Amino acid sequence: MSIDLKTIKHISKLSRISVDEKKAEKLAGDLNSIFDFIEKLNELKTDNVEPLTSVAETTLKLRSDEVKSKNLRDQVIKNSPKENEDYFVVPKVIE
Amino acid sequence: MSDITKQSLSELVENIKGKKLSSREVTKAFVERSEKSKELNAYITEDYVNALNKAKTFDEKPNLDLKLPGIPMAVKDLFCTKDLRTTAGSKILNNFVPTYESTVTQNIWNEGAILMGKLNCDEFAMGSSNETSFFGNVQNPIDKNLVPGGSSGGSSSAVAAQLTPITIGTDTGGSIRQPASFTGTVGLKPTYGSCSRYGIVAFASSLDQAGPMAQNVKDCALLQEVISTYDEKDSTSIDFKRNEYSKELTKDIKGKKIGIPKEYRVDGMPKEIEDLWKKGIEYAKDCGAEIIDISLPHTNYALPTYYIVAPAEASSNLARYDGVKYGFRAEGENLIDMYEKTRSEGFGAEVQRRIMIGTYVLSSGYYDAYYLKAQKVRKLIKKDFDDAYKKVDAILTPSTPSSAFKIGEKTNDPVSMYLNDIFTVPVNLAGLPGISIPAGHDAKGYPLGLQIIGKAFDEQNILNIAYAMEEKINFKNNITDWWIE
Repeated sequence: MSIDLKTIKHISKLSRISVDEKKAEKLAGDLNSIFDFIEKLNELKTDNVEPLTSVAETTLKLRSDEVKSKNLRDQVIKNSPKENEDYFVVPKVIE
Repeated sequence: MSDITKQSLSELVENIKGKKLSSREVTKAFVERSEKSKELNAYITEDYVNALNKAKTFDEKPNLDLKLPGIPMAVKDLFCTKDLRTTAGSKILNNFVPTYESTVTQNIWNEGAILMGKLNCDEFAMGSSNETSFFGNVQNPIDKNLVPGGSSGGSSSAVAAQLTPITIGTDTGGSIRQPASFTGTVGLKPTYGSCSRYGIVAFASSLDQAGPMAQNVKDCALLQEVISTYDEKDSTSIDFKRNEYSKELTKDIKGKKIGIPKEYRVDGMPKEIEDLWKKGIEYAKDCGAEIIDISLPHTNYALPTYYIVAPAEASSNLARYDGVKYGFRAEGENLIDMYEKTRSEGFGAEVQRRIMIGTYVLSSGYYDAYYLKAQKVRKLIKKDFDDAYKKVDAILTPSTPSSAFKIGEKTNDPVSMYLNDIFTVPVNLAGLPGISIPAGHDAKGYPLGLQIIGKAFDEQNILNIAYAMEEKINFKNNITDWWIE
C-alpha cells in the first residue's frame, strides 16, 4: 500500500492540520513505513471474530440524572484565548 | 537527620509518623535537591514555594493517621491540578490552568501529600523517550545524554534521581513500565478501570491508566492503595473490592504458577535481555514459584494493533484542541484557517503524525480494513491471556527489548521507536495489570527490568511476586549525582 500526497492532503483537511509540501512529503514517508508495519495484521483471518468493544466485562453503571456541578460559567470561560463577557470569540463566520 | 532524600517513601512516612522528621524538613530537602537538578529537566512547572507553605501548615496541625502524611510529591504533567498549569508536554496547553483536580491526584492530597511540581513527559504521552515534549529532553540520571524512557520520562528521572520520594505516571502502551525499566525503578500499570481517568489529559481512552512509579515495591503498593478508587466521574471506573495492597503485601509466593510465554523471545533480542529473563526465572523458582511454559500466539500482532487503536482514539480525543475554548490559538483568516494553523503550530510532529494515522484509519472506506480489523485482533490478543490464565497465576517477561538508548538515537525512525513497547503493549490491549521491577544491568551498566503481568484486578498477586523477587535480585542503582550543580 502507498499513501500519496493527495491522500496526505485529504487526511490533513479531515484532521484540521495545515501541511505544506515539505511537511506532506515527510508525512507520506513516515505514514508509509508505519502502514507497512501495520499491514502485518492481514496475515490473520478474522472473519468469525467479534471485535472487542471493552476490555472490562462489566455493564455501565446507571446513576440518577441530577445536576451536581452548578454555576461553572466562569471556570469554563477562564482559559479561553479570547472571550467577550460570557462568549468564546472566534473569527467571523457569517459575511 | 542527614540524607533525607535517600530515604524511601515508607521510611519517610515512618519518620514523620514517629515525629523524627517534620513535613517541612522533608519537603525542604526534596525542594533543594530538585533545585540543584535543573540539568535533568525533569520538571515542567515547579511549585516549591507553595509546597513549603503547605508543609508548614501540615506541621502546625499534623494528621499522622494519613497514609502520606506531609510527604512532598511531584506528578506527571498529564494530571490536571487545580490552579497549577497543566501542559501535557504540549505547546497547545502551554498556558492551561485547570479549574479542577484529577481524581487520582485528589486521592493523593486527601492522604496528606503535598504537590511539589509537574513533571516532564512526551507530548500527550505519545513517545518512548521523552523527546517529543515541547519542554525539551529529560536526562536519565543513570548517564548523561541517555533517555529516561517515555512517556513518563520526567517521572522516572525524578524518582531515580530522588527529586521526589515517589510519583505517578500514566501508561497507554508502556509509558510507566518502560521508563521504570530504563531508570532502575519500579512502575505499576494497574488493571484498566482500577484508577480513575477523570482529570487526566486523554490520549487513548480504552488503554490509558494511571499508576505509581517508585524506588521499591513496598512504596509502589502503598501508593497504589491510595490512588485506586471507584469514581463515578469516570464511566469506565470499575467498582471492585480493592485490597490494602501495602498491608497485605507478602513475600510468600510458594506454589504460585508463573508462565513464560515463548513468543516473547523476539528476533534480534540482545543476549543480555535473554540472560536477564533466564535469571528472573531462577529467582522466581528460588522464591518457591512453579515455572510453566505458555503460549501467547498473537503477541506479534499486538504492536500493529496498537498503532491503529491508539492513534484512532487519539485523533478523536485531540479534536477538542481547536484554539477556541482553551489553550494556544494561532490567528487565521477565517474559522477553518484558525483551526488548521492552531493545530499545525500547537502540536508537535509526533502528535500530528498520530492524529493523521488515526484520522486515516477511521476515515470513510478504511474503517473496516483498519479499525475494525484491529478491534478483532485485539479480541484474539485478550483471548490469548484468558487461555493462559487457566494454567498460570502470572506471567514473567522482560520489560523492554533493550536498555536505555542515547538522546537522538531513534528520533528519525518512528517504527524503531515504537518497537520499544513490544513487551508492554499487549498488556494494555488486554486491560491487565503489569509491573516492571529492576533486575540487573547490561554491559554498559544501564538498568534492565523484568515485567510481571497479572490477571485483571490481581494487583496484589503481582505486587507480592515483585516483592519476593526484589529481595532475591537485590538490585542497586549506580547513580553518581553527575548533574548536581
